[in-house]
This record gives sequence, C-alpha cells and structure tokens, in this order.
Amino acid sequence: MQNNIYIYIAIMVIVTTLIRVIPLTLIRKEIKNRTLRSFLYYIPYVTLAVMTFPAILDATGSPISAWAALIVAIVAAWMGKSLFFVSSAACIVVFLLELVLC
Amino acid sequence: MKSTNLTNYREGLRDGIPIALGYLAVSFTLGIAARNFQIHALPATIMSLVNFTSAGEFAALGIISAGAPYLEMIISQAIINLRYLLMSCALSQKLSPDTPLFHRFWTGFFITDEIFGVSSGRPGHLNPFYTYGAASVAIPGWALGTCLGVILGTALPARITRALSVALYGMFLAVIIPPARKDRIIAGLVVVSMLASYLFTMIPALSGISSGMRVIILTVLISGAAAILFPIKEDPNDAE
Repeated sequence: MQNNIYIYIAIMVIVTTLIRVIPLTLIRKEIKNRTLRSFLYYIPYVTLAVMTFPAILDATGSPISAWAALIVAIVAAWMGKSLFFVSSAACIVVFLLELVLC
Repeated sequence: MKSTNLTNYREGLRDGIPIALGYLAVSFTLGIAARNFQIHALPATIMSLVNFTSAGEFAALGIISAGAPYLEMIISQAIINLRYLLMSCALSQKLSPDTPLFHRFWTGFFITDEIFGVSSGRPGHLNPFYTYGAASVAIPGWALGTCLGVILGTALPARITRALSVALYGMFLAVIIPPARKDRIIAGLVVVSMLASYLFTMIPALSGISSGMRVIILTVLISGAAAILFPIKEDPNDAE
C-alpha cells in the first residue's frame, strides 16, 4: 500500500456523491415531457425488481428457504403489511426453515 | 423541525430498522474482506460511514490493497455506482419542486439501493426528512457491521447472516408489490423485470455483465419501453 488510504476514501466519496447528487440538484423543475416523466416514474419498480430476483435465491443457504422467503414476502406485501413486517417475516421464515434444512 | 418533518423523520427511522439489520449481515462480510486485505478497522469504518455502497466498497478494497492508481479508483466507483444516477433522476421528480437545494443535496447524498427503495415507496411527494430518518439508522448499521467484521474477523453465526440477508429483498418487495396490486402495468413491469434479470444471469453471453451494469441496462430498457408503451396519465404524485 504505497498510496494513502484516506486519499482513496476521499476519491470514493467525491465520485459517488457527484453521481448521487448531480441529477437531484440539476433537475429541479417538474419535467413536463410525458414520456420522460413516465420513464422516471417506472424506474423504481424495474430497478428494485431486477435487484431482487434472482439475487434472493443466492442469499440463503438453500433454494428452498429462499423461495419460501420470496413467496412469504410477496404474500405479506400483497396483503398490505408494513415494510418492517414483510422484511422480518422473510427473515424468520429463512431462519426457521434452515433449522431443518441446513 | 416542523411537525410533519418530525413525523416523516420518525417513519424513516422505523423503515430504516430492517435496512440496518440487512446491512449488518452484508457489511460484516465487507469487514472480513477488509481484514483479509489488511485494512484496519478505523479506515474501513470511515470508508463505510461516508460511502455506504456495498459493491463499490468491495471493489475499492482490492484497489486500495494493490496500491492501484487513483484514476482506477475514480473509474471503478463511477462505473459501479452509476445506477445511483438513475435513482437520483427518479427522485428528482419525487421531491416537491419547491424543495430547497440543501435538501436536494442531502437526499441525493444518502441514496443507496435500499434507501432509494423505501423513499420511492412513499405516497405522494417525498419529504427529505423521511430519507434522513432511514439513513440515520441504516448507515450506522452499515458502518458498525464493517467495523465488527474487521475486528472480529468472523461473521455472525452463518444462520443469522443468511436470515438477515433476505431482509433487504423483503424490503424491496414491500415497496413494489402493493403498487403492483393496484396497477396492472406496474405488476407486469415487475414480472417482466424479474424474468429479464433472471435471463441475464442465465444466458452465457450476458452472464458476465456485472450486477450493477445489469441493473442499469435493464432499468433503461424496460422503463424506457414502458414509458413509450404505457405513458402515465396524470401526475401520479397529484393523484394520490
């Protein structure tokens, strides 16, 4: 390690903060273009869905517990349970199933 | 603090708890990796406290321990974290247009996959204090996990790590499923996105693409196609 670690960290913060902050600070008005507005409106759903699946299948010790967590979370969310409930339910299902599975 | 800001901050704190628990599981692993690269607890914890970006930090460990040129750090962080640019664009329309620059900056600063997730799941306009609340639980959790990982060198019991690691996915589902129930287009988008993401990891020619890049490519393609095929009718923020 010949370079200073804190300089590396400072570079990381600067680059990552610019990426995080530039659009939010530059696009200050409500966008009128309907297609563009629709595009931005759909982004969270697509992004979060892509990040969830299939990644969740590798997050646990067994595909069975992963699928169980996925299904339980979808059902709980569908029933309108709170974020905390949905999240904890998924964790508890994995923990309990893996007592038997792994 | 105005009372609505306080309420939003409290709700953010509450929704930040599952994020922090999921982060603990992931950042423990990050701390162990830092230890293996002979990076000490203090710099590792500071790195997590100010960056809170898992893929970016994992990549940074290798760059730091190799003593690679600073330019390499700039390029790697820019590429790995590019998806935040899209999230920031989306949040720019989620904030009320009269949100001051100061709050726009800090809302952007705290973007992580998870904090973005819960912030976009808010009904109507996003109050920045909600994001601050979520960040003030989630980010200390991320830094604490990193610190403990370096110091202890062993993870939490594997059972607990595996159980906690699905907290983050549970949270994503809690954000996307309720609107999917109400809106068939969103439901279709969620299904298509998951299938496409699955195909990306299965098709040999595409499976080499990093997960960060996969998120960007699919988000642009699928949201773009949906915007052209199913433009939203009125301002969804006003409708709620």
